[in-house]
Amino acid sequence: VNPDLASERQTASFSVEKLTALLDGGAEQTRIRRGVVEAIESDPIFSRENQYFQTQNERYEAAVRKAVYLQKKMHDMGWTENGPEYKYIYRALSGDVAFLLHRVFMRSISVLGSDKQIAKWIPLATQHKLIGSYAQTELGHGTYLQGLETTAVFDTATQEFILNTPKISAMKWWPGDMGRSATHTVVFAQLYVHGKCYGIHPFIVQIRSLQDHSLCPGITAGDIGPKMNFEHIDNGYLLLKNVRIPGENMLSKFCEVRPDGTYVRQGSQKINYFTMTTVRISVLSDEVLTPLMKACTIAIRYSVVRRQSKLKPGEQEAKILDYQTQQEKLLPQLATAYAFHFINKYLEQLFSKGYREIQRKNFDMLPELHALSSGFKAMITQHCTAGVEICLRACGGHGYSLLSGLPSLYTKILASCIYEGENTILLLQTARFLIKCFMAASAGQPVPPSVTYLAAVKHGKCPAKNKLDFLSPDIYTEAYQHVAVRLMSSTAAKLQDLIQSGVKKHDAWNQCTVQLVQAAKAHCHYIAVKNFAETVEKLETKAGIQKIMKHLCDLFALHGIFSNTGVFLHDGYTSAAQMDMVTASYLDLLAVIRKDAVPLVDAFDFTDKSLNSALGSYDGQVYQRLYEWAQKSPTNQMSPAYERYLKPLLHNTLSKL
Amino acid sequence: AAMAVNADLRRERAAATFQPELLTHILDGGPERTRRRKEIEALVLNDPDFQHEDLNFLSRSQRYEQAIRKSSLMVVKLREYGIADPEEIYWFKSFVHRGRPEPLDLHLGMFLPTLLTQATPEQQDRFFMPAWNLQIIGTYAQTEMGHGTHLRGLETTATYDPSTQEFILNSPTVTSIKWWPGGLGKTSNHAIVLAQLYTQGQCKGLHAFIVPIRHLGTHEPLPGITVGDIGPKFGYDEIDNGYLKMDNFRIPRENMLMKYAQVEPDGTYVKPVSDKLTYGTMVFIRSFIVGDSARSLSRACTIAIRYSAVRHQSELKPGEPEPQILDYQTQQYKLFPLLATAYAFHFVGAYIKDTYHRISGDISKGDLSELPELHALTAGLKAFTSWTANAGIEECRMACGGHGYSRCSGIPDIYVTFSPSCTYEGENTVMMLQTARFLMKSYTQVTSGQQVTGMVSYLNDLSRQRIQPQHVAARTVTVRINDPTSLVEAYKSRAAWLVESAAKNLQAELNHRRSKEDAWNRTSVDLVRASEAHCHYVIVKLFTAKVAEVADTAVRAVLTDLCLLYALFGISRNTGDFLQAGILTSAQITQVNQHVKELLAVIRPNAVALVDAFDFHDVHLGSVLGRYDGNVYENMFEWAKKSPLNKTQVHESFHKHLKPMQAKL
Repeated sequence: VNPDLASERQTASFSVEKLTALLDGGAEQTRIRRGVVEAIESDPIFSRENQYFQTQNERYEAAVRKAVYLQKKMHDMGWTENGPEYKYIYRALSGDVAFLLHRVFMRSISVLGSDKQIAKWIPLATQHKLIGSYAQTELGHGTYLQGLETTAVFDTATQEFILNTPKISAMKWWPGDMGRSATHTVVFAQLYVHGKCYGIHPFIVQIRSLQDHSLCPGITAGDIGPKMNFEHIDNGYLLLKNVRIPGENMLSKFCEVRPDGTYVRQGSQKINYFTMTTVRISVLSDEVLTPLMKACTIAIRYSVVRRQSKLKPGEQEAKILDYQTQQEKLLPQLATAYAFHFINKYLEQLFSKGYREIQRKNFDMLPELHALSSGFKAMITQHCTAGVEICLRACGGHGYSLLSGLPSLYTKILASCIYEGENTILLLQTARFLIKCFMAASAGQPVPPSVTYLAAVKHGKCPAKNKLDFLSPDIYTEAYQHVAVRLMSSTAAKLQDLIQSGVKKHDAWNQCTVQLVQAAKAHCHYIAVKNFAETVEKLETKAGIQKIMKHLCDLFALHGIFSNTGVFLHDGYTSAAQMDMVTASYLDLLAVIRKDAVPLVDAFDFTDKSLNSALGSYDGQVYQRLYEWAQKSPTNQMSPAYERYLKPLLHNTLSKL
Repeated sequence: AAMAVNADLRRERAAATFQPELLTHILDGGPERTRRRKEIEALVLNDPDFQHEDLNFLSRSQRYEQAIRKSSLMVVKLREYGIADPEEIYWFKSFVHRGRPEPLDLHLGMFLPTLLTQATPEQQDRFFMPAWNLQIIGTYAQTEMGHGTHLRGLETTATYDPSTQEFILNSPTVTSIKWWPGGLGKTSNHAIVLAQLYTQGQCKGLHAFIVPIRHLGTHEPLPGITVGDIGPKFGYDEIDNGYLKMDNFRIPRENMLMKYAQVEPDGTYVKPVSDKLTYGTMVFIRSFIVGDSARSLSRACTIAIRYSAVRHQSELKPGEPEPQILDYQTQQYKLFPLLATAYAFHFVGAYIKDTYHRISGDISKGDLSELPELHALTAGLKAFTSWTANAGIEECRMACGGHGYSRCSGIPDIYVTFSPSCTYEGENTVMMLQTARFLMKSYTQVTSGQQVTGMVSYLNDLSRQRIQPQHVAARTVTVRINDPTSLVEAYKSRAAWLVESAAKNLQAELNHRRSKEDAWNRTSVDLVRASEAHCHYVIVKLFTAKVAEVADTAVRAVLTDLCLLYALFGISRNTGDFLQAGILTSAQITQVNQHVKELLAVIRPNAVALVDAFDFHDVHLGSVLGRYDGNVYENMFEWAKKSPLNKTQVHESFHKHLKPMQAKL
C-alpha cells in the first residue's frame, strides 16, 4: 500500500468496520454482501477488466453472456430471487449485465396482470422461455404518459387487439433489451373500443420468433444507436403495423374488455401509480447513490496520493487533499453521499409501510408518498450527478481518462435525471402537492405528517450568536424549515394574486413554475437535513461513529446554506453577520473531516474490481496501474492508419506536399 | 431528399424582430469576414474527400484513422488554396474536423510555433522545413503523469555531458513519464520535451529540447524510447494522447531550443534575458479557450433551442394541443440565460483577442506594462468561462430530455470534447487563484496609497471610501435594475466587497501567525469567490459596452434584452452576495427575480433567430435534434438504422448465448 494512503488509515477517529456494518444494516448483511461480491468477482466470466476497451457490440455481447451465465451461477450458489443474497448481485456486477428490463416485464405482469395471466406468463419468464421488455416511452413522448400515441383497437369479430404505430413520433423508442434481445414486450397503448378511447393500457406483444429470433410479422424493431453510456444495453425502437394479439393479452387486473366490447374498470388504478412511485425509490440505491460513493472513493484516495505544488517552502509537495479548495470540492460530496444514504433508508421504510397499507386498500398515504418519491428522486439524482462530475473534474487530467472509472460513472448516472420521470416535471408534481397542503394547512385542515411544518409559520430570526451555534442541528434545521415555508408561502401568494387579477389558472401556474421548483427543492432539502440530524441523534455513541456522522451532518447542512446564501438572507431571518459565521464554521469543518476522509470512503467497502479505476484502488498504486492499463489498450497495437496515411505523409509521397 | 422546414421553426423564424444575418456579421467581425468564412466552409463541405460515415458509429481506432486521413489532406489542400491567415486556417480545420480536435493539432499549433519562437536560426534551418513538409511530425511533451499545471514539479531530466556534447534524457520515476500530449502516442516522430536541465552538477530549471522519438523510415520507436497511446478517454477519440518514457536517451547539444537560454559546449549555462515573453503564448491560448467556451455553448444552445421549438409535450391549457416545450417557463429558465451567456462569452473572447493583439504589438516595441494584468485576467476568465460553459452544455443536454442522451443529439460529443478545457492549459482552480494573487497584490497596492489601473481600478474607490455598512446601504437606492450600466456598478461593488473580504480574511490568518502559504491555503475558498466575482464583473461590463456599440436598432434591442438577462440572472443566482454586501435590498432582489422571468417572455419570440445567428452549418453541428429544418423524428429513425448493432437482423449473440440457454432451460 502506498504510504501516503496507509498513513491516512492509521489516524481514523472511528471504526471503519462498524461504519460499514451500519451502512449495510448490520454485520450479518455485510457478511452476506461480501460473500456475493467475492463469488461474482472471482468468476472470470463476470470480469470487467477490458470494459473500457470494448466496442458497443462487444459490450452488448458480454452483457448477454453474463446474464445467461448468471442463471447458472445462481443455481450453483443456491441463491434465489427471494433470498438475502439477491439484492447484492446487481451491485456485485456493477450493473454490467443484460435483461434488466426482463425483471420490469415480470414485475408489470405481476402487478397489472390477472391471476390467470400471472399463472401463464410468469413461469415462462422465470425459465427464460421468453425474454421480456417494457415499451412505454415513444419518440415523441416520455414523462407525459397521456400523450402516448400507439393505438390498440379491439376487434370484437376476432376478439383481438390490433396494435399500430400511427405516426413516426409514436414509435416506441428507448426501451432497454428491446433492440436485439427481447422476444416479448409490454406495450403501452391508447385503448380504443367501438371508436371510443379509454386511455393508456398495457398489452403483452410478441415481437420476435421463439425459434429463430426473427421479427414477427408487422414488427419493425432495432437498436436506437450509440448513447453516452449503457453501451451494453440494446435500447430499442419498435414499429407496430396491424399487429394482432389475442384479447387475453391486455393486462387486466384493473381494467378489462369483455368479449362484447364492454369496458370494465375494477378497483383503483392508483396501484399503478404506486408501482411507478416505488420504482423511483428502488433505483436510487444501486443506480444513483452507489456511483456517487464510488466517485468519492476514487477522487478522495487519488487526492491523498497525488502531490502537487508546495504548501510550505522547502517541504515535500503537498497532497492535493490538503488544499482547502480541493476539500471544498470533495468533502461536501462525501457528506451528501451519507445524507442521501440515510434519507434513502428512511424512504424505503416509509414505502414498505405504504405498500402494506395499499394492499389493505387504504390509499390515504398515496399522495404524500407520490410527492416524496418525485421530489427526492429529482433531488437525489440531481445532487449525485453533479457530485460525480465534481469528483471527475477534481481529478484533473487523469479524471478524463476512462481508466479512472469516473467518466463511465458520470455518463451512466446522468441518465437517472431523466428516466423514471424527468426531474423538473417531478419537482412540479411535488410542488402541486405542497401547494395543496399549504392551502389546506392555512385553512386549518389536517395535512400529511411530512408537511405539517407548513402550518407552523413562525416569523422569528435565527438565534445563532457565534459560529459554534451553527453546529447545532436545531439552529440549522430551523433555518431550512424557515426557508422552505417562506418559499412555499410566497409562491402560493403569488399564484393567488395572479389568479385574482384575472390570469387563467394554467397560465398563472406556468408563470410561477420557476418558483415552484425552487420551493419543492427547499422542501426536500429541509427533510434531508432534518432526517440526517435525527438519524445521527439515534446512533450509538460507541466507536466514534456518531461523532463523525455528526460532523458530516453539519457539513451537509452548512454546505447547503453556503451555496444558497441568498434564500437564507432574503427576509432577514439570517443576518449578514450570521452568514459570516456559517462560512467560518463550514470552512472549519472541512479541515476536521479532512482527517477522516479516507476512512470514510473505505467504509463504503468497494472492492478494487468493483471500482475498476486506476486512480481509486485500495493500495493507491495509482501511477503504476495507469501505466500498466494504458499498455493494454488496443490502440497500442499497430494501427492501419500508419501504413495507409502516416507513411505517405511522412515519406512525402502524398501529392504536392 | 430535402424535406420542408418544420412548420414550428418556420413560424419562429418569421416572428423574429431582427435580421439574424446582421447579428452574424457582428459575431464574425464584419460582413466581409462572414462572407469569407462561408466561402471556406463551402470549400470543405463540397469536397468529396472530406465526406465520411457518421463518426458516432465508428470505433476509436477508426475515428483516429479518419482524422489522420482528413488531416493529411487538409495540410495539402490548405497550401493548394493558399489559405495562410491564422483565423482562416482555424475555420478550414474546424470545418474539416467538424469542431473536433485532430492528431496534428499539436504539430501545427505548438511544435511549429515553438520552433519559430524559441529556436535559433541554425535550428530553424535544420528542423523547420522538414516539419513544415511533415517529414517531421512533432508534438509538445510537457505534462507528466505526476504533474500538470504545477510546472516546477516536472521530473524529466536532461543532463549535459560535455565529453560528447550531448544531453542525456531520462524519465527517472513512473510519475515522470510524459503523459497526455496529443499526437504523441502513434502519430509523431519528434517531440519538444520539457525537462529539468542539469549542467555542471546544477539544476537550471525547465527547458525545451527537440527529441526524435520514432525512426523516420520505419516509424518504430527509437532505442531508449518507450512510447504509446494512453488508452480510452471520455472524449478526444480521434487523438492519440500518448506516453513517453526515456532511458538514457542521448540528443546532440544543438537540440536544446536555445534562442533564449543556452548551454555552451563546455557546459556553461547562459541565462535568458526575460521570461515575461512566455506569458504571451499562455495569454493567447487562454483567450482561445474563452472563445471556445462561447462556441461550444452556442452549439449546445442551438441544438437545445431548436429542438425545444419542435418538441411538443403535455398541456399548458386544458383541451388545447400540446405546446412547444419552449413555451414552458422552466424550459426558458434553463435555456435563455445560457443563450445570453454564450453571447456574453463571444464578446469577451473577442475583447481578449483584440487586447492581446494590441499588446503584442507593444511587446515587440518593448512595452510589457499591460501584460501582467492581461495574464491575470485571462487566467480567471479562462476558468470562469470554461466552468460555466461546461455546466451549460450539460444543462442544454438535460433540457433535451432522453433524446439529449443519445449520441444523435450531438451534445454528448460537444460536452466530452469541451470538458477538458477546465483542466488543460492550467487547471481552473489554480487559474482562479492566480487571478486572486493579482487581486490581492492590487489591493495591497491600493491600501498602501498607490493607484491601480485597468479592470481593477475599482479598488481605488475602495480605499477612498472604506466600505462601511451605512455607506453601502446608502448606495443601494442607486441601483436601477432595468439599466445595464447601473448593474455593472452593482457587480463592481460585489467584486470590491469580495476582494476586500478575502484580503481581510487573509490578513486575519496571517495575524494568527500562520505562514504565508498556510494563510493563503486557509483563505483559498474566499479567494476563488473573489476572483469569480471579479471575472463576472468584467464580463457584464464588456457585454454592456459591446451592446452600446451596435448600430442596427433591432439588433441592439435584442442584445440589450440578452445583456440585461445575463446581468440579472447572475444576480438572482448569487443573491446572497448582493444582500450580504448590502448592495441590493430584499425588495430589489424580488424585483430582479421577477424581471428575469419577464425577460424570458420578451426573448422567447427571438430565441430561434438568436441561435440561427450563430450560423452553424448542419454538418458542423452534427446533431439530429438541432437540424436547421427541424425534421427531428424522421431523421432519428434514419440515423438509428445505421447503428452497428443493427448491421444484421438477428444479432450473433442470439446464436451464441440466447438460443443455447433457451434450449437448456
